[in-house]
Amino acid sequence: MSVSDMMNAPATAARDAEARAGEAGRDERSVTSAVVTIAQPAQELYDFWRDFPNLVRVMENIDKIEASDRNRSTWTVRAPGGRTVQWESVVTEDEPGRLIAWQSVEGSEIRNSGRIEFHDVPGRGTVVRAVIAYDPPGGMLAQLAAKLFQREPALQARRDLRRFKQFMETGEISTSARTRAEATDLPTAA
Amino acid sequence: MRALTWHGKHDVRIDTVDDPEIINPRDAIIKITSTAICGSDLHLYDGFIPTMKSGDILGHEFMGEVVETGPGSTLQKGQRVVVPFVIACGSCYFCSKHQYSCCDNSNPADNQDISEFGYGNRMSGLFGYSHMTGGYAGGQAEYVRVPYSDVGPIIIPDGIDDDKVLFLSDILPTGWMAAENADIEPGDTVAVWGCGPVGLFAIQSAMLMGANRIIAIDHFPHRLELAAKFGAETINFNDVKVYDALMEMTGGIGPDAVIDSVGLEAHGLFVDNVVDQIKVSTFLGTDRIHALRQVILACRKGGRVSVPAVYGGFVDKFPMGAFMEKGLTMKTGQTHVQHYTPALLNAIIEDKIDTTFLISHRLPLENAPDGYKLFHDHQNETTKIVLKPGMEKIQVDMPA
Repeated sequence: MSVSDMMNAPATAARDAEARAGEAGRDERSVTSAVVTIAQPAQELYDFWRDFPNLVRVMENIDKIEASDRNRSTWTVRAPGGRTVQWESVVTEDEPGRLIAWQSVEGSEIRNSGRIEFHDVPGRGTVVRAVIAYDPPGGMLAQLAAKLFQREPALQARRDLRRFKQFMETGEISTSARTRAEATDLPTAA
Repeated sequence: MRALTWHGKHDVRIDTVDDPEIINPRDAIIKITSTAICGSDLHLYDGFIPTMKSGDILGHEFMGEVVETGPGSTLQKGQRVVVPFVIACGSCYFCSKHQYSCCDNSNPADNQDISEFGYGNRMSGLFGYSHMTGGYAGGQAEYVRVPYSDVGPIIIPDGIDDDKVLFLSDILPTGWMAAENADIEPGDTVAVWGCGPVGLFAIQSAMLMGANRIIAIDHFPHRLELAAKFGAETINFNDVKVYDALMEMTGGIGPDAVIDSVGLEAHGLFVDNVVDQIKVSTFLGTDRIHALRQVILACRKGGRVSVPAVYGGFVDKFPMGAFMEKGLTMKTGQTHVQHYTPALLNAIIEDKIDTTFLISHRLPLENAPDGYKLFHDHQNETTKIVLKPGMEKIQVDMPA
């Protein structure tokens, strides 16, 4: 494929993941991407995401996200055995209403980075593409990462994006639980 | 509360389970007053449907009284409602186009992988029908949690019996959509394969839409009699060759529109099983794929094919050549119940549509396991069983 083909080819989340895997010299399994269309304006979706503490409402396994300023946030994630893991994340790119990129600061226990883009599509809402990268498999850290996410990261990303869509479109996260105690699939469940 | 729970093949029981609670803002809790056993429930009973878990509460045709509401619900305590079997958020692209059974959001995020893998897209949640369609507890119980209660339930005015409106939950809109998908024009001859509840409602609907002639095809004499009551001419496929009879009756042209409400029993491959999830509402015992072939071959050139029947996975030897060369059009899909309920409720109130003829048995919810056995073993006598929570258990005798 020539450079001009690359330029002309439609952007896809899958290609993003490939490119980022290449850049980072990472195993492809450590980079995951997902895409979803949400029937809300890009600016509204960007605004929700840009205020990182909001994400505990749509992502699984996150205990809390604390913002120390607009660009820095500390993520506390539930790990097996009742313990938690923490890292600090810093915004590396920011185009209001269009994209946000972030990465963990130097020396973080779990090294990770991500990027989310919001593309307005008239009549449909916004196409949201997310790419998440984390430390490659192998070694203690990676084992911890895998346990941390508790399932295959690609699956986790896809499901988290679906929950983001549900929340932004309906104001709630769908659950088939019959009682509050059974509603463990809700990110806000204890 | 008491509820009908699934424990395996031919093993359903009445158990005492936890009452449902409001979980999300748009939820409501409904106290069930009437709930029916659907033909598609028999697939669960027969153990054909994967992703069932022991203890799952069945039932997707139900109605009752609102007893509790979340802050985002538009319902009020004391209102009587019929609840569509399709759960729809009302906010996504598909709901905005009234394609409710394609709702993007009502199937919980973790459950959407199965249909995304099997069908290429995620489908909506359904009540009481396996974990592939969400794992929602059904309505064969005393109470049920209804998500997105501001979108699905339709309020029933006082003074209208449950029996008259219960089938707004599923089979009446399914029959109506089947007729609508046949794009009936005045003067048309419409042939309907399968005279179970959906086929019979499709016949009534096609009449209202201006069909000139309706030809009903089945082998249960009782069901053909019901079809004839609604003005259909009948063909018993045990007595005559269906294609020859249809050509004879239409001067060699074939019906202008054809409706397949027979469907396909789940069997064989996993994908077939996965998919035969939803609404087989008629029970022609054998040769079901033959029905679909017959439908295509008998339809006139340039005609319309409507398929309300459930097809799950892959169909073997589909006559694609006949379908293409004759220039046919096919429409199908799970019913977009919410789109149809307001107009159909009016039609019931104005006595244009009758649904009560279908009910052959009324039983206490406590007798639900007897009801499943009755429905499963005696299909000719049993057209529809309605269950009533709160009634004392009775002795049910099976037909000889």
